Amino acid sequence: MSQIRALIVDDSSVMRKIVERSLRQAGLDLSSVIEAGNGADALALLDGNLVDLILSDINMPVMDGLEFVRQLQSMDKTRQIPVVMITTEGSESNVVQALSLGAKGYIRKPFTPDQVKEHVLPVLGL
Amino acid sequence: MTMTNTFAANSLPRAVFNRAVWTPLLDFSVREVFDIMLASTLQVHEPSANDKDGEFTALVGLAGSLCGVLSIRCSNQAACTMASKMLGLSAEEVDSESLDALGEIANMIAGNFKGKLSGVGNHCMLSVPTIIVGSDYATRSTAVGNTIGAVFDFEEEPVWVTLELHE
Repeated sequence: MSQIRALIVDDSSVMRKIVERSLRQAGLDLSSVIEAGNGADALALLDGNLVDLILSDINMPVMDGLEFVRQLQSMDKTRQIPVVMITTEGSESNVVQALSLGAKGYIRKPFTPDQVKEHVLPVLGL
Repeated sequence: MTMTNTFAANSLPRAVFNRAVWTPLLDFSVREVFDIMLASTLQVHEPSANDKDGEFTALVGLAGSLCGVLSIRCSNQAACTMASKMLGLSAEEVDSESLDALGEIANMIAGNFKGKLSGVGNHCMLSVPTIIVGSDYATRSTAVGNTIGAVFDFEEEPVWVTLELHE
């Protein structure tokens, strides 16, 4: 499995650490992990960093996850990065909206490492 | 575990309070979050004179078809243990993460609960969590409503979970 550069976006630092640990438990070889507390900070990070995978919460201050995905899809350099949403906002309308905006997957909190593996590996073609 | 017949007929989607159904549903939602995210099985807490006050409180607001506030309150020690279990660290290694962890647990319980009320999830939004440090406070709601909740035993510490609903 090739090395993966990941961006984790969540306003909870605890949740960012849990997501990173779950990715490693899923067997991903993470060469780098960068973190942001909201969509706006994540976009700023992507200005100087290349990533292969983004995991993002939806309900965040400043810029929420849906607007973040919308912005990613509007830019050539970020449009192809697979995004998986990880959120408590697991309503059907949010799922439909996130996927229609371009997210490739959706994980609802609370989640197990197996669920992360099940939803993340396919979007990486693994 | 998903409940049906949650809404009043002929109206905008609005959850209809049912204490007999919602109380065990909240109980199940809390236990599920602790089971999945902390690998902890909660027990019913038997009140004791040795119970510490809840020094930390996390609040999450619900707005839409379900309006109210979910709160989880516990001691500093319990919050540290929650964070350590979530992060896989020793209790000595966690510091400010305990507040963040408590907020995230409140967020997950609220999301889990509303997700189990059929149809509510699409019409109910959650606020980002608010944390109160200290136990010498009181809250007063200007809205009339119902309150459900329970006290759980987590690692021999009481954890109070309350859902205050507005009509």
